Amino acid sequence: MSPKSKEAILEVKDLKMYFPVTRGLLRRKVADVKAVDGVSFKLLRDETLGLVGESGCGKTTIGRCVLGLYRPTAGQIIFNGEDVSAYPEKKLREIRRNMALIFQDPYSSLDPRQNAGSIVGEPLIIHQMFPTKKEYKDKVEDLFRVVGLDPSMSDRFPHEFSGGQRQRIGVARALACEPPLIVCDEPISALDVSIQAQIINLLEQLQDGAKELSYLFIAHDLSVVRHISDRVAVMYLGRIVEICKARELYDNPLHPYTRALLSAVPIADPFVEETRERIILKGEVPSPLNPPPGCSFHPRCFMAIPECSEAVPPLHDIGNGHEVACIRV
Amino acid sequence: MELLKVTSLATQFKTEGGLVKAVDGVSYYIDELEIVGLVGESGCGKSVSQLSTMQLISAPGKIVGGEVIFEGQNLLKYEANGPEMRATRGAKIAMIFQEPMTSLNPVLTIGQQLTEMLELHMKMSSEAARRRAIDLMGLVGIPAAENRIDDYPHHFSGGMRQRVMIAMALSCNPRILIADEPTTALDVTTQAQLLELMKDMVQRFRASLVIVTHNLGVVARYAQRIYIMYAGRIVESGTTKDIFATPRHPYTIGLLKSIPRLDEAEGTKLVPIEGLPPNLINMPPTCAFLPRCSYKIDRCFRDPWPDLKSVGGNHFIRCYANTKEKKK
Repeated sequence: MSPKSKEAILEVKDLKMYFPVTRGLLRRKVADVKAVDGVSFKLLRDETLGLVGESGCGKTTIGRCVLGLYRPTAGQIIFNGEDVSAYPEKKLREIRRNMALIFQDPYSSLDPRQNAGSIVGEPLIIHQMFPTKKEYKDKVEDLFRVVGLDPSMSDRFPHEFSGGQRQRIGVARALACEPPLIVCDEPISALDVSIQAQIINLLEQLQDGAKELSYLFIAHDLSVVRHISDRVAVMYLGRIVEICKARELYDNPLHPYTRALLSAVPIADPFVEETRERIILKGEVPSPLNPPPGCSFHPRCFMAIPECSEAVPPLHDIGNGHEVACIRV
Repeated sequence: MELLKVTSLATQFKTEGGLVKAVDGVSYYIDELEIVGLVGESGCGKSVSQLSTMQLISAPGKIVGGEVIFEGQNLLKYEANGPEMRATRGAKIAMIFQEPMTSLNPVLTIGQQLTEMLELHMKMSSEAARRRAIDLMGLVGIPAAENRIDDYPHHFSGGMRQRVMIAMALSCNPRILIADEPTTALDVTTQAQLLELMKDMVQRFRASLVIVTHNLGVVARYAQRIYIMYAGRIVESGTTKDIFATPRHPYTIGLLKSIPRLDEAEGTKLVPIEGLPPNLINMPPTCAFLPRCSYKIDRCFRDPWPDLKSVGGNHFIRCYANTKEKKK
């Protein structure tokens, strides 16, 4: 899965997404929820970038901004060399042919009254990819096969499938227009343990087999993200605190939040567990409505010094593309 | 010393589609001061088995057989709502549920819910119960407990609600604490906080802990012994170290190969378990894992599901195949 070229398919520059909080009859704006507050990263062609963090850290919001489902408050989203963040809706539709989304919940993300074949084929119709009925039908059958479903099941409705099969339908729909970018938003967290590996392997195979396919893989499960990603960005309260190669994440985590997050994930091996560093954080993630000043992690941080509350630490490169936003490292 | 011994427990649900044997002859024991893990996927019967020991099964479910021996008495002999069962449930055997959002009553304050147990089981006066409730809240790490005791559940975050649940479960000094997927709905760092808290609390209160979970990492970190369940039965049991070092049931072997590990070498491929967990309605008598098994032999198709047999010491599996040799 090593990137074939160093060219970026997606570049996010200083992305900010604020949601207004309104009050009273006149819906007066009283505050902003800073869901994403100055995030920059690049996603290379054929690369998988993992976005990991706890609920409310802004990882899903980033995915939605990339797809143009939210209008960012500020910042640029450069897709295939063009800034798409300010595109009008009509132009966005064209762009979306080249990007797709796999949703978290395979139960609510499929229309219960549409059969599987038509769910998978709908993007083809919207983007008018296959003029003849025959070509369209062949393509849908092909998509079913690619994701490991029997094409004869295309007449069935979502409730007739298991969770894992539904997620395969979701993957087939995302692949329909052969987009070079797929945003996967927690694609396996709703599935049973023994089914998760099937979907992970499917996503990996598809990437190996495709002409060009990058994943922006959003999840809270560090072991899964590390497994599937080439690089991983760790988020905390709307900002990236560390971004590095997936392998470095476990071997050499630098940001104290990353270290705490890693130590919170138990490894299924009692012999390894005996010797692992265990960092138990104090308190809970603060509200993004009123984040702490400076480094937003400092009230929970075991390495904090007074200077930490003064300014937001920028990401700095410590070599080898490993960037970390902490003044203590 | 065995604190709880469950033998051949069976719980069935009569549904329109047929009979569901959710728990089908499950036997296990819990020693004093022990942390035991009960592992399985959704629908394998792990929660139902725990609810059955507490007689918390309501229609169309029914406990159809088995014994639950606790302090020398068979709990299943008692009426589900009789005085003996009510004196045990919540007091001597307490349970923490998965959903901290739904397991607290939204229209009662935290204080009312905490003191209810103390007044009922411990026969405390309302003042003493309130003082004890504040102590307990402090103990489980709820800051400014005196001020928060009159708050309602919606004032608390998910992690804090689960702390309240832990305080409630501990309030009557239980001998056994059953935690049913206690941290699944919570964030990773909160999960770690709560599991550490539970471990510390059962030590402090000298209770045993049963962790019911689908997460193999959690049991690897905390449990001393593990039971692995599949389709209503225990398929493998043993000490945590035995099971992780030499897993012997094909399902356990498959599970361990299918989960990504944080410390795995680069380029590690996952080996998924093919197929789907079975539908528990009208199951055949043969091994339920058979359709997904890569170790199956002829006998598996002929004979009913085997009994648990020892593969060395306290390590048991329910399997005919020789899983010790490497699969070709």
